[in-house]
Amino acid sequence: MKRYLRNPVAVLGAALVLAVLGMGLAAPLLFPGDPLGLAGRPLQWPGANPRFPLGTDPSGRDIMAQIFHGARISLLIGFVATLVATAIGIAIGALAGFYGGWVDTVLMRLTEAFQTLPNFLLLLVLVAVFGSHINTVTVAIGLVSWPPVARLTRAEFLTLRTREFVQAARVQGLSDLHLMLREVLPNALPPVIVYASVVMAVAILLESALAFLQLSDPNVPSWGNLIGLGRNVLRVEWYVSAIPGVAILLTILGVSLVGQGLNDALNPRIGK
Amino acid sequence: MTLLALERLTVALPAGADRPHALVDVSLTLDAGEILCVVGESGSGKSITATTIMGLMAPGVRVAAGRVMFEGTDLARLPAEALPRLRGPRIAMVFQEPMTALNPLMMVGDQLAEMWRTHTDLPARDIAARARAALAEVALPDPDGALRAYPHELSGGQRQRVMIAMALALEPALLICDEPTTALDVTTQAQILRLIRELQSRRGTAVLFITHDFGVVAEIADRVIVMQQGLVVEQGAAAQVLGAPAHDYTRRLLAAVPRLTAPAPRAISAEPVLEITGLSKTYRPAGLFRRRRETRALDGVTLTLRRGATLGVVGESGSGKSTLARCAVGLLPFDAGTIRIEGRPLPGARQAAAHCVQMVFQDPYASLNPRRRVGDQVAQRPIAAGTGRDAARAQAAELFALVGLDPAALVRFPHEFSGGQRQRIGIARALALRPKLIVCDEPVSALDVSIQAQVINLLDDLQEEFDLTYVFIAHDLSVVRHISDRVAVMYLGKIVEVGDRVSLYEHPMHPYTHALLSAVPVPDPDKEHARERILLTGDVPSPLNPPPACRFHTRCWKAQSLCTQVEPPLVEVQPGHEVACHFPEERVIV
Repeated sequence: MKRYLRNPVAVLGAALVLAVLGMGLAAPLLFPGDPLGLAGRPLQWPGANPRFPLGTDPSGRDIMAQIFHGARISLLIGFVATLVATAIGIAIGALAGFYGGWVDTVLMRLTEAFQTLPNFLLLLVLVAVFGSHINTVTVAIGLVSWPPVARLTRAEFLTLRTREFVQAARVQGLSDLHLMLREVLPNALPPVIVYASVVMAVAILLESALAFLQLSDPNVPSWGNLIGLGRNVLRVEWYVSAIPGVAILLTILGVSLVGQGLNDALNPRIGK
Repeated sequence: MTLLALERLTVALPAGADRPHALVDVSLTLDAGEILCVVGESGSGKSITATTIMGLMAPGVRVAAGRVMFEGTDLARLPAEALPRLRGPRIAMVFQEPMTALNPLMMVGDQLAEMWRTHTDLPARDIAARARAALAEVALPDPDGALRAYPHELSGGQRQRVMIAMALALEPALLICDEPTTALDVTTQAQILRLIRELQSRRGTAVLFITHDFGVVAEIADRVIVMQQGLVVEQGAAAQVLGAPAHDYTRRLLAAVPRLTAPAPRAISAEPVLEITGLSKTYRPAGLFRRRRETRALDGVTLTLRRGATLGVVGESGSGKSTLARCAVGLLPFDAGTIRIEGRPLPGARQAAAHCVQMVFQDPYASLNPRRRVGDQVAQRPIAAGTGRDAARAQAAELFALVGLDPAALVRFPHEFSGGQRQRIGIARALALRPKLIVCDEPVSALDVSIQAQVINLLDDLQEEFDLTYVFIAHDLSVVRHISDRVAVMYLGKIVEVGDRVSLYEHPMHPYTHALLSAVPVPDPDKEHARERILLTGDVPSPLNPPPACRFHTRCWKAQSLCTQVEPPLVEVQPGHEVACHFPEERVIV
């Protein structure tokens, strides 16, 4: 923790993520109405009307309110999708790495099957089949993001399972479950946690990309939806797309910096 | 003539280290043509002395005061770009770990030739000739083949020879050896020490030799410097320091060195605890397309061990002793043979086997989970077996007290303990299940000598208290002599000689046992130079492709055509003393 705080870039990342989190928390207080409700004349430039500091979109909705409420959606998607992806990834990677042999072969071929499909295409298929409710979109993003987590976990387990302390626990007669969860996993976790920040950033981007194609849930005020709406008026009222674009940029930057900071803090070799 | 002189050298460690200075006021001189040994335990500053002379200090480590005078210049004050011109032509170094000191992607010949390419203007043909001559000089069996070999194709001893050839390539005035034989087997160590000694006397090179082993000192040193915690505590001629040590610390270190002497034999009950018959294990690399190369790690090993006794198993790397240990605790499945503990076969189920046999591992730093409290690691198995959490904790606290640790330390993490303390935790963990048999896989080889003695004494006391039976694996005959009742010598997966301690050490029959006993350095220069030495030639053959019939015949000075055709069976030559040799012969080594 101390090492993390000594790193100014990592602190900046944490500040960005906390700011987005704060926006999400403050949204219902600052903008109690429906952010998707009609608020005023459409396409007002930012600053033109003091009621709408960031202007209005083509449907006359307050962009500022959408940005604040969108923060909740983006973070929600980010966290839940990352949780789904790391849970699946760790489970598959742990089993493959710990047991090796045919278990490893089967699970890794499965992982490769997922990896060879471009994950955005797979996401489009999943959304097309299961609908574009925000819950299905989030789970679908998690489902297409786990293979790298699985590979990373497997690699860690492969090297750790032959270490003497794991063998010592084996000689003690402890069960495989104990070996995996108590002995190996705590030692395998740091790089996986660091990688989770990458998954989170990619999850937020994937949702935005979906929304840009107007395939995400249109009934939630997500940043991607807003960018999608701005697409039609991009040449004149470019701010409609640019403002949520900057929000996405800063959020992902923050998440990535936190990941890098964690990497440096958790890796004792770089620390000194 | 003084070649190198450290004058009141003080080297500072970076802030946050365990002490402010690595070296304090260290003064030493080294004359041309002399071998000076720097001896000390880990943390004594002996390696920092070497790296400071070479200008290879770790980041943050710096010379705070004093001078490093070499041929009239102060190396500590030399600008950074001047050092590379000295390193190689004037000062050279041989490192501890021959496995990592060579570039794995370059052929040995090219790496060796770099020395001349960088420092001289010799034409390529001359360089090639010199590289070949250099490899021949360090007595590599096939210099032409070695030039084209990659480092992984050479054994540890051969790699260390290449390192020495590289270091001596430009005929430096000073050679620094940083524990060059620590990572090697005893027989290989004896070869390398002799090589260094020969080259040194032939060329008149001054050698600064860093080691923790007083046996090595007795074998090679002209003068000795003993270091402790960054201070020079004693220095003088080798015979004087080893024979009549003046400083307490030196005396303590010398007393802790395991010698080839042992306590009187004790009475052992007749009841067998461990019976191994015809145990065989072959490693088969998996994979569809890889060439299948089988390694026969154990070949028909038969052993019996009685209650309360200790069996020492000794052999060089590749002898199969670790495989034997792992099979005996059920970590590795075996192909043929049986293992019976107290008359019953070793249970296949891990949980049941754990109550019969436990293991103490070699590396105290790797055998404890760094992220879990040590108390949990000792108590976890009794808890999993149904003991209540509090009862298991209380039992762990008792075990801690028993192995000489503070029970309050149960809540600490492994990195807060020293190597010796960690090994005690490992022993407490093995005792938690009250096993009958404990397999110790080189439990002291990673520890300093003074700590080794403590751990061995602890194992001794525990054996008496709990009527434990030990299998004690070691690569060194001197360590097992103190603790073993019986000793088995292994070579390439087979037992070549097994007998009661007294019988085996005083009347060894197998030539390999003779060689092993003779290779153990003795910390007494007079005895060391007086006794008969048997130097084995070459290295242990690869277990992938062991020699036919008697596996030792390729290195044996007694080998005759019979040895290459018929495998000698293990025959009892005296009650309880068995030898696998066609020409057994008693020979007094110790």
